[in-house]
Amino acid sequence: MLDDTDRRLLRLLQADAAQTKAELAAAAGLSPAAAWRRVERLGARGVLAGRQVVLDPRALGFEVQVFLRVNLDKTAPNAFDAFIDAAWRIPHVTAIQTLLGRVDIRMDVVARDLAHYQEVYQTRILELPHIADIEALMLVAELKNSVAVPV
Amino acid sequence: MAVDLDDWDRAILRVLLDDGGLGAKAVAAAVGMSQPAVWRRMRALETAGVIAGRRVTVDRAARGYGVTVVLGVKLAGRGRAGPAEFERAVLAIPEVQLVQHVLGVYDYRLRVVARDIADFERVLRRRIMTLPGVGEIESNVVLSERERPPPL
Repeated sequence: MLDDTDRRLLRLLQADAAQTKAELAAAAGLSPAAAWRRVERLGARGVLAGRQVVLDPRALGFEVQVFLRVNLDKTAPNAFDAFIDAAWRIPHVTAIQTLLGRVDIRMDVVARDLAHYQEVYQTRILELPHIADIEALMLVAELKNSVAVPV
Repeated sequence: MAVDLDDWDRAILRVLLDDGGLGAKAVAAAVGMSQPAVWRRMRALETAGVIAGRRVTVDRAARGYGVTVVLGVKLAGRGRAGPAEFERAVLAIPEVQLVQHVLGVYDYRLRVVARDIADFERVLRRRIMTLPGVGEIESNVVLSERERPPPL
């Protein structure tokens, strides 16, 4: 079980993963050594599952992000597997989710600009197998993107 | 806005995408470059915004968050609260991980984590459906997901 100090450390790390060990310890009211021992233990127990760098697609030259909502022709055997395998071979697809609800599949697509998106959409996406229906949402602004969970 | 990366930058990013906790020393060993050179490049990638931030992941299942739901939200029409009020309120909900303003059949995309379906229903009814200006909501429960960075 986690105690209150563990939870405080997790909250602080989720809010700012780039802070130094000394800053983290000070914010948690611990000595640097004690804070680090706890963080190491949270890692060893798998509660703290990993650290990631977050890349900005725009800085990499991808000005356009589109979210596609796809429904598949479920009468085809293996429609999901065949679709996902083929979609994951398109390098501009950065995420695929299978869903329970009105939509079968969601996928995120990045492109350099609208002309490039059009090309990826027409030559790669529309060629994917078993598509029954496809709908697009285009990103205007990302207000929050976090993997934090309440602790 | 786009930054020109060379092969060294790409190599450094690939190592960091594998383990974002690595410092310049470990990255330098992995790519075969001197530590000060790697440190300078990491700083430059951060300054240029290619590395937009760092984050930790807490094991969601271990913390009891077994359910992820993606929502499409349409704001109600005239005479209701404006987008600014909606945005301010939705950003304050701790279970909401992702808020994106989009163009298309919905106005916003949200990602919500919950302990289970009953907990999701509580969040949906008490927090999401009561947001100012909210109109139509569509919920889809995530069954599986895979993610990767944009092509480098």
